[in-house]
Amino acid sequence: MGKILTKLGDGSPAEFTERELKQDLEEGTRDAADRANVPPLSEEELKYLFDVFSSPYRFVSVDPGNEVVLSYDGTPLKMWRTQISVNRIQCLEIYEKLLGADTLEMGHVDYSFKPIKPIVGFEQPLLEKALLTTTAPIFYGAMPNLGLYSQPDGPFPNPSELLPMGKITEARESYERAVEDAVKDMVYVCSAMYESGADGIILDTVGAAGDADFLAGLKATEILKRKYPKMCIELGMAGEFVLGMHGELTYDGVRLAGLYPQDQVKLAEKAGVTIFGPVCNTNSSESSPWNVARAVTFMKACGETASIPVHVNMGMGVGGVPVHDHPPIDIVSRASKAMVEICRLDGL
Amino acid sequence: MGVGDPIGMAITHSIASGMGGMRAAGDLVARMQMTRGMKIDEAKKYVGDRLGVSVVDLTDPVLMSEVRGDLGLGTLHPLPLNPKGIEAKRNIAKILGIDINCVT
Repeated sequence: MGKILTKLGDGSPAEFTERELKQDLEEGTRDAADRANVPPLSEEELKYLFDVFSSPYRFVSVDPGNEVVLSYDGTPLKMWRTQISVNRIQCLEIYEKLLGADTLEMGHVDYSFKPIKPIVGFEQPLLEKALLTTTAPIFYGAMPNLGLYSQPDGPFPNPSELLPMGKITEARESYERAVEDAVKDMVYVCSAMYESGADGIILDTVGAAGDADFLAGLKATEILKRKYPKMCIELGMAGEFVLGMHGELTYDGVRLAGLYPQDQVKLAEKAGVTIFGPVCNTNSSESSPWNVARAVTFMKACGETASIPVHVNMGMGVGGVPVHDHPPIDIVSRASKAMVEICRLDGL
Repeated sequence: MGVGDPIGMAITHSIASGMGGMRAAGDLVARMQMTRGMKIDEAKKYVGDRLGVSVVDLTDPVLMSEVRGDLGLGTLHPLPLNPKGIEAKRNIAKILGIDINCVT
């Protein structure tokens, strides 16, 4: 076999020998296994990945019968970012009729619950109209985005300013107060959109501001499921492990800081989450085979632990997909196939 | 899924791994995950049994267009007087035996 063409984590082209490809696959799975304390991929699974990445074809796919359900975050925003002149309902119609979407997702351009709260009365009728013209289930999604609750954007002292000054207690208090407000905002917005007919709610990029952000997502889920037992909640994460920005926050007696996907999903289940979306961030300095082997190792452990459906995040910069706004099709299709078939997932 | 242009991300995943949405039966399988928390194999089998087709047929756009048309579940190219929107969702709720929030 000659040179194997692949990509780096930033999407730039790379050429590998067979030996180099095998080495990167082995190092990628070992890195994930060491970090998350989960088993590395087996010889058979590494051989499968080698075959996927050494395939000469531009595009690969799962075998017939292995297809999974796709869910999305920030659906309308993908079109707005490319400056396509369509409104949000038209975006959903395009996803449903032209892009083969299994589910749809309405979201505001800011995509955070805090700024949506004062305008939720304008979001509701838009969703109600979208529900009249579409058939696929519609989620309403946004992020907890705890960063918006600290000064200068929010009411509480900024932990990022307090921590370097050694004001640990004050920083922790700020995070705790932000959680309380964020939960109220999420419950308010999600309740309104569910009352308007949303098929489900997506809490997206949860944990972006660390353990307090994750706690807010879990608490909001718990309250919403008590209020609406039939509500579908998909909770998507921000990274492969929970940053300990607070460091001492717990949920159901479990410390949140440092949790990896196989532990995150258990807490999500306890809170009442219906579908869990774990994440593994792509390292742009490493190769795509390294990144995919690493991501699959994390997600396999998560999928084996989960008793609820798992939809792994596979957008730009996560799940082994390169960090570029225009992800190369050869790598995305390889990451997609490998993730679904090795991890036996429920969706992406 | 997440960020990335539609060709590089949404379309690539849809063709590589997706169920095809309402072009086939992806939206129906999704509803079983969302309403009953079913894992993928259970959800596919449930939908297949309800529609009277095999699991492999669920991603066949030719067969599923016919099935969806016959059962009034909404199709990509709706003919005049065929169910669409809320009417199609009402039929989906009935066939799958689930509640759909905007219908019930």
